[in-house]
Amino acid sequence: MGTLSLLVFSPAIGILALLMTRNSDNNQRTHVLALLSSFIPLLLSIFVFALFQGGNQLEERVSWITFQVAERTLTLDYELAVDGFSVLLIILTTVVSLLAILSARWMVNKDLNLFFIFMLFLEIGTLGVFSAHNLILFFVFFEITLIPMFFLIGKWGGTDREEAAFRYIIYNGLGSMLLLLAIAVIFINVGNTNFSVVADFFSGGEQKRFQAGMAIALLLAFGVKLPIFPLHSWMVKVHVHAPPALVMIHAGVLLKIGAYGLIKFGVFFFPEGFEILAPVIAILGLINLLYGAFLAFRQTELRAVLAYSSISHMGLILLGVAALNEAGIQGAIFQAVSHGLISALFFLLVGILLVRTQTTHLKRLSGLARLTPLLAGYFLVAALAGLGLPGMSGFVSEFTVFLGIFKTMPVIGAIGTLGLIMTVVYFLRAILNMTFGSYRNTFGNLKDLRTEEVISATILLLCIIGIGIFPNSVALTIQQTLETILVGIGG
Amino acid sequence: MDLQTLQSFEWGIMTPEFTILIAGILLSLLDLFGRERWKKYLPWLAVISIGIAILFLGNQAGHQDVSILYDTYIFDPFSFYFKFILLLGSFLIYLMILSRTTNHEIEDRGEYVYLLLAALLGTMVMASSGDIITLFVGLELLSISSYIMVGLRKNNLHSNEGAMKYVINGGIATAFTLFGMSYVYGISGSTKLVDISREMSGSLGSGEPVAIIGFIILFIGLGFKISTVPFHMWAPDVYQGAATPVSAFLSVISKAAGFMIIIRLFWDIFHSIGVAAENDALFEAIFGFVATVSILTMVIGNIVALRQRNMKRLLAYSSIGHAGYILIPLVSLTPMSLENIWFYLLAYVFMTIGAFMVIYILEQAKKSEDISIFSGLFKESPLLAVAMTIFLASLAGIPGTAGFIGKLNILIGAVIANPAQYLLAGIMALMTVVSYIYYFSIFVQMFIREPEEERITNISGLQWTPLILCVLGTIGLGIFPFIALNFFS
Repeated sequence: MGTLSLLVFSPAIGILALLMTRNSDNNQRTHVLALLSSFIPLLLSIFVFALFQGGNQLEERVSWITFQVAERTLTLDYELAVDGFSVLLIILTTVVSLLAILSARWMVNKDLNLFFIFMLFLEIGTLGVFSAHNLILFFVFFEITLIPMFFLIGKWGGTDREEAAFRYIIYNGLGSMLLLLAIAVIFINVGNTNFSVVADFFSGGEQKRFQAGMAIALLLAFGVKLPIFPLHSWMVKVHVHAPPALVMIHAGVLLKIGAYGLIKFGVFFFPEGFEILAPVIAILGLINLLYGAFLAFRQTELRAVLAYSSISHMGLILLGVAALNEAGIQGAIFQAVSHGLISALFFLLVGILLVRTQTTHLKRLSGLARLTPLLAGYFLVAALAGLGLPGMSGFVSEFTVFLGIFKTMPVIGAIGTLGLIMTVVYFLRAILNMTFGSYRNTFGNLKDLRTEEVISATILLLCIIGIGIFPNSVALTIQQTLETILVGIGG
Repeated sequence: MDLQTLQSFEWGIMTPEFTILIAGILLSLLDLFGRERWKKYLPWLAVISIGIAILFLGNQAGHQDVSILYDTYIFDPFSFYFKFILLLGSFLIYLMILSRTTNHEIEDRGEYVYLLLAALLGTMVMASSGDIITLFVGLELLSISSYIMVGLRKNNLHSNEGAMKYVINGGIATAFTLFGMSYVYGISGSTKLVDISREMSGSLGSGEPVAIIGFIILFIGLGFKISTVPFHMWAPDVYQGAATPVSAFLSVISKAAGFMIIIRLFWDIFHSIGVAAENDALFEAIFGFVATVSILTMVIGNIVALRQRNMKRLLAYSSIGHAGYILIPLVSLTPMSLENIWFYLLAYVFMTIGAFMVIYILEQAKKSEDISIFSGLFKESPLLAVAMTIFLASLAGIPGTAGFIGKLNILIGAVIANPAQYLLAGIMALMTVVSYIYYFSIFVQMFIREPEEERITNISGLQWTPLILCVLGTIGLGIFPFIALNFFS
């Protein structure tokens, strides 16, 4: 068993340990157990990161199924490998999962054991998605994340949890089935679904219509996950009704699968197809950016604000992809990582807040700063990161994306900057209303942040600032991936 | 036919059938003349006899093709692999019967035990027959045994209703089948499949309307057993009325047999022809029709399943949907098709019998078949809930289970076909998502709802045996599908 397999399946250790202590009512012990076991994937992922930085090729391959069709052989192997982009997302996954499990202790109070089992199960699926090196294996892990997500939303969510869970499963099911069809077509054309083999196969770039068709299919399939307007309604529901600890992973990591897929399969495999689609993607990105920002401005519920802000931020990824040049793609990758960290931080804070106030309604929260200055302060910092204050990761990614888009589509870029202004407006409106609005004394006394809460929020914040100040830490890691992709685009 | 010719036949290939036949006769005699207290051991005898039949069958692996009785009874890889599914499925169903904990005056009687063997014998005859007449005899043996099994719970209203519907619909379907067969016989002048195939590949098959009508009517009649549209309406009522092991039998073995007979007729006859230019019209008409049936079956089965609350009815509609999926490889006619159908049926044996087994356990404990018997199951019996989750995930086609590999195979087969069956593949994908809704609503019951008052006391080892076998099969085929696929090729 190679290092990557070990990493992907390492959360299983925790699952087994939790299964064995299922009958104990000791929540404290369950939590410590889950927390300790989520350190294993974290350490392994750091190890993998170090190996990758050291220039090691972490590839694994075990033959799995072969289909013999007439004179052709279709091979489907179990293949794992990482590149710069996926290794970043793997680290993101393990960090956010650890923090989500850490914070779940305060946020979740029923069936804690089962909750952690599903969380770790979800982590297996997510790590698998980013480590898979062929399309069908990617799909296998992608589908596997659906099941724990369904239970986590449906069982531990808020008022509308079951509807949110079903909406999640239907939208994502449709997206993944479309993806499966696209993968089947690729598989049959190439005879293999290994990423490098597929990219080589289509690099000739002759079949323009075929490439465009595949690009549309992939755009739709990953558009559900990203989500692209108008496929976003499930995501708002999940953001609002799922437990915040889960949304940390959902917004922080799972939504990034959409960006990951679009860049790594879409642009990498079918550069010609994406070139044809680029204007459409740019316009969709623009719609996402502006529509999300506008609706975020209108929301009265903090979690809905954040949901629409996610949609708006995902628009930036689309713009970066549409630019189809180095800066654009780099910006999109930056944005994926940075938004992952920022939304994880936001929902960590939302979870902390929700435990204390039982509501995230902006009006009712008004004047929070007086009760819990530290929490309000963190919210403000998170908002500043979200609106792209220089020195934080959000700024780097927005700047790079616009650098890319202005090169190829200046008009779209110009309209897009409007979105940036709106981002500032809605974030400040929501957060300032909440923290500095008139104090109503609806809650009596609220406790401010405790040490462990401060620690987990600070870890995320440090990552955000770290990327903001040293963007090269990310840029160097993805350099090679970026170059491989750019060869296909011809830029 | 003198004695010498009779002796010259290679009877050895029929040893599995003889085993089942002898066991069936023995069991019926024991049931008739045996002591009352022996009777509960009858299923054990049946299990042992199926075990022996599987051993005999295993012994025939790699045996060269043989045909006896003037080509009416053949042994070929096809019959070997499908008989394996039939025997394996029946084995699991007998384990299910054995696991029964409550006493029931009617279900305790021996009829079940030997009628099921008779039906099994019928399906095995169908698997091996090389002649329309033999096919029909096997089919009728299966049908008549099934009618009685469904109606055996004579004090149960649903059982009576189900049996009545089954007999009437079955009668009509049989009439269709025979009518279609008569057309086929009429134009080809033979009842032997080899001859029919030869005639069809000649000019006779070229767009002859009688041939088209004959085969389409034949297909409609045979569609009864696999519960495709338009003969699907019986399934929910019959599954609901019959005792759960019988429902499982009808859903798995009887359906597998139905597919076998369809493959025998359509695959053997048309595959050897290939898409010859002169047979285009015939070919297109028939497979266009099968494609339409497949689409309708998938859509109706999955959509109506959304509204069901009775678990057996729900599984009935879901099994209708699955029948639609399995028809896709038949339409795409690639070299992979047979393998795909076989694999899907094998996966289907494990996941469906497993699901019926869980329902059987709960139904006995809670005296209900409503979906609410699952509420809070995870709290009452976590292992049972996990087992059911695995079966349902497999039925829904979630990766890691046999059902996913089955669907993936079918999908790849549909896309690789010439011309590619994008429509069928697309509808299958869409309906898979629809099926998520009703499968996942059972998950909601098991994991999210709180348990009702009745708690399951404990599950005996006998009940665990078929469950564990089914779980192993479902997961095993999902992670190591090559074992089965290599076995097949």
